[in-house]
Amino acid sequence: MNRKFPFYLQPIFGTIICFLILISMQGCSAMTAPTAPSSPTASGPRTLKVMTHDAFAISQGVEATFESQYNVKVEFIKSGDAGTALNKAILSKGNPLGDVLYGVDNAFLSRALDEGIFEPYNSPLLANIDAQYKLDPQNRALPVDNGDVCLVYDKAYFAQHNLPPPQTLQDLAKPEYKSLLVVENPANSSPGLAFLLTTIGNFGQEGYLDYWKQLKANDLLVVNDWETAYNTEFSGSSGKGPRPIVVSYDSDPAFEVINASTPISEPPIASIVSDNTCFRQIEFAGILKGARNRDLAEKWIDFMLSPTFQEDMPLQMYVFPVNSNAKLGDVFAKFLVRPKQTATVSPQDIAANRDKWLQAWTEAILH
Amino acid sequence: MAASLDGGYIALRLRFQYPVRLKLAAPLLWLPPLAFLVIFYFYPLGRILQVSFARGEGGLPALASQFMSTPYVARVLWFTIWQAALSTLLTLLVGLPGAYLLARYEFRGKSFLLAVTAIPFVLPTLVVAIAFSALLGPRGWVNLALMEILHLPQPPLQFVNTLGAILVAHIFYNTTIVLRMVGDFWSHLDPKLSQAAQVLGASRWKSMLTVTLPLLMPIILTAGLLVFIFDFTSFGVILILGGPHFTTLEVEIYNQTISYFNLPLAATLCILQLVCTLSLTILYTSLSRRLSRPLSLRPRSYTQHRLTSWSSRILAGLLVLFLLGLLTVPLIALATRSIISIEPANSQQPIQSPKLTLDYYRELSTNRTGSLFFVPPTTAIGISLAYATTTVILALCLGLPASWALANNASSPLSRAFDPILMLPLGTSAVTLGLGFIVALDRPPLDLRASLLLIPLAHTLVAFPFVVRSLTPALYSIRPRLRQAASVLGASPLQVFRVVDLPLVGRALFVAATFAFMISMGEFGATALITRPEYPTVPVMIYRFISQPGAFNYGRALALSTLLMGITAAGMLVIERFRIADVGEF
Repeated sequence: MNRKFPFYLQPIFGTIICFLILISMQGCSAMTAPTAPSSPTASGPRTLKVMTHDAFAISQGVEATFESQYNVKVEFIKSGDAGTALNKAILSKGNPLGDVLYGVDNAFLSRALDEGIFEPYNSPLLANIDAQYKLDPQNRALPVDNGDVCLVYDKAYFAQHNLPPPQTLQDLAKPEYKSLLVVENPANSSPGLAFLLTTIGNFGQEGYLDYWKQLKANDLLVVNDWETAYNTEFSGSSGKGPRPIVVSYDSDPAFEVINASTPISEPPIASIVSDNTCFRQIEFAGILKGARNRDLAEKWIDFMLSPTFQEDMPLQMYVFPVNSNAKLGDVFAKFLVRPKQTATVSPQDIAANRDKWLQAWTEAILH
Repeated sequence: MAASLDGGYIALRLRFQYPVRLKLAAPLLWLPPLAFLVIFYFYPLGRILQVSFARGEGGLPALASQFMSTPYVARVLWFTIWQAALSTLLTLLVGLPGAYLLARYEFRGKSFLLAVTAIPFVLPTLVVAIAFSALLGPRGWVNLALMEILHLPQPPLQFVNTLGAILVAHIFYNTTIVLRMVGDFWSHLDPKLSQAAQVLGASRWKSMLTVTLPLLMPIILTAGLLVFIFDFTSFGVILILGGPHFTTLEVEIYNQTISYFNLPLAATLCILQLVCTLSLTILYTSLSRRLSRPLSLRPRSYTQHRLTSWSSRILAGLLVLFLLGLLTVPLIALATRSIISIEPANSQQPIQSPKLTLDYYRELSTNRTGSLFFVPPTTAIGISLAYATTTVILALCLGLPASWALANNASSPLSRAFDPILMLPLGTSAVTLGLGFIVALDRPPLDLRASLLLIPLAHTLVAFPFVVRSLTPALYSIRPRLRQAASVLGASPLQVFRVVDLPLVGRALFVAATFAFMISMGEFGATALITRPEYPTVPVMIYRFISQPGAFNYGRALALSTLLMGITAAGMLVIERFRIADVGEF
């Protein structure tokens, strides 16, 4: 009972000390976090902060080129999925988390522009980019990459059943394709939303719900996310699910070859690229209003649009260049087939009706 | 002390009064936990709610009418409540027999069983979904076997996208809470109490119902409350296993925030969720205050015995098999998949003899694409462990004073006011709070928006209520007489705490530490929201793999999940060792 304990074991002292440690940790982190605008001092490189969604990736070597060229340290701040990252940028307007935001796609573009989070930047590299990608005439959001959301099928299933793969959206409503299709919920998933837009591009605002009702009658399966659709339900992926057609990307066949565990010569899956069955997603980057390093941010945007970065994207992020000077690797020449004509819905239409379409779809198909 | 005296003592409860000096110190104890909650919870939450409502057009009345006119909200709220209630009830039904077995009997492999049952708690939902579909999916083992045996053309079991999947997943995730909390408390309950009832003529069942169950009620309520709040705010399970036809408040808040960017509605839903959590916690607090009583806790060596008769061995064996079946078969399915080579293009062919491979484990350490954000698995594990350790320390430092103040001044207005508030972080939408950090912690000295510290802080918000709930019943159950005795013998209040409270509460401290550890190891939502890509945790790495096409990525996700399972089990076993060797016993 009379054992003496050192003072730091006494509960109140203990808690006070813990609390002090906590406070000091905050102090330290506040000190080390480079919150002050970085200025070109003799002490070291400046820091450029790039806010991205969590699918962003880049090669070590490519990032190093940029850092050494401009004597700058690039800090990436991943801010959740594309929607979350955009919301964060909107809520931190005026005191932005970074200098640049990358990863706003054409479905979210109107939200970003309406909220006025970007400053315009007329990059010289825009000259090399096709007009179809430039959706913001004021160049607040600059196109960086694109990819097509298409129907992807399991080749083995159709070979074994002597069934030709569907060629049009209408085909999917036919009895021979009953119970074969899995799609993502457009309210939760970006390929899901792209496919909803494909159907609107084909059947119009008046007809798309009727088409979806036919799909539903043909035993359509809706899941919430791409991961479940592709890995769990789709029969052509490693998960070997039950359904041979999935809404995914036109690049999947090539990536099943590139990312095979044991080398394979032919992809087990193929994408349907006939006219108006795919939807083109374009991702944008922009300089955030109030960026502390506007000059570096411009350099970074130029860098993202340059062939060096553009050619690095496909293997890192599964998306394709918008710069017409960028070249694709051999494996893509062999296994990548891109649609000639994608379904189109104008950005103004998307901006005005997106929420209405989603709600109507949810009401008609899920409830 | 004789058993009969104990029984009488419970009825004749005396409150031990701490001397005045320490009474003054009690409000001081509230200071660290409250300061933490104010800075890292109430302030960010208040700011985001304020910002959200400010974006609403037409102010609150317009919002209220929009809110009321949607029958959808009522439907979502009702589903959220009943699925959580049903899940909690089922989890208790599954967990309580197991808790009894762990509490009363000593058998070989017990600590292993306890460690293994904790694994589900830390697994990312996407991985659990893969595990379940490997078992119960349309091409899962169960369906394939049934089709083979019964010669069925179609898989007979429909699991994914059903309510059943939600319930099973909730049980799978949360049974360990019941096993640990109730099992631990029960193991220190004096068996003489129910033995006395049996001597007096009560049957085994009657003594269980009338003596043991009432004594266990506070801890069952506690475990039930925590499980309920987890199920109530369920997100990943509903989204991935339940599918798009089921929506909880948490899912709807996410949809309104991200898909529709309707922040005012999201904020209203968030408040609705908080009101539910708060009322439930107030109900819990008043119930548990009425039911709690000081007990004479006994060491395990005293309460536990071996399984002697054959019938008890068989019963225990069946129970263990049931628990293992429910909680580990999906894990085994997952681990097995991680060492079987994935053959391309054979999905429609008959099952070939599987080839075993460790390729996916080897590939974990190779950076095929030269990505800047690649880290080898050892680094990811190190990062996860570093966050987990920080979380454990923070949560204990904050939770110990809070629960001590709660247990010893239960009737003080301060405690009555703060007690329910402590649970609020658990009932708060992660996406709302995540955005709250962005709008609130954005100026020096607290510009933590991109700070690595934000991750253990967010984990601590979730772990802290667990710590308080694990510690308070243990502290409260210490018999005042022990403190009085120490005090009479000349101990100062601080000495009383050290020589009486601390050793007695040691075991609960370990349960609390275990929970904080598990929460941090498995947490994904907050980590994904505020991650710095150079410092990914294991769940974040798993998610990166699984969100890319190709067998190579799929295999690596499974391999890393298996490693996460192994590390968690090892961590649990290490903590278990500590507990046996150190203050866990008295």
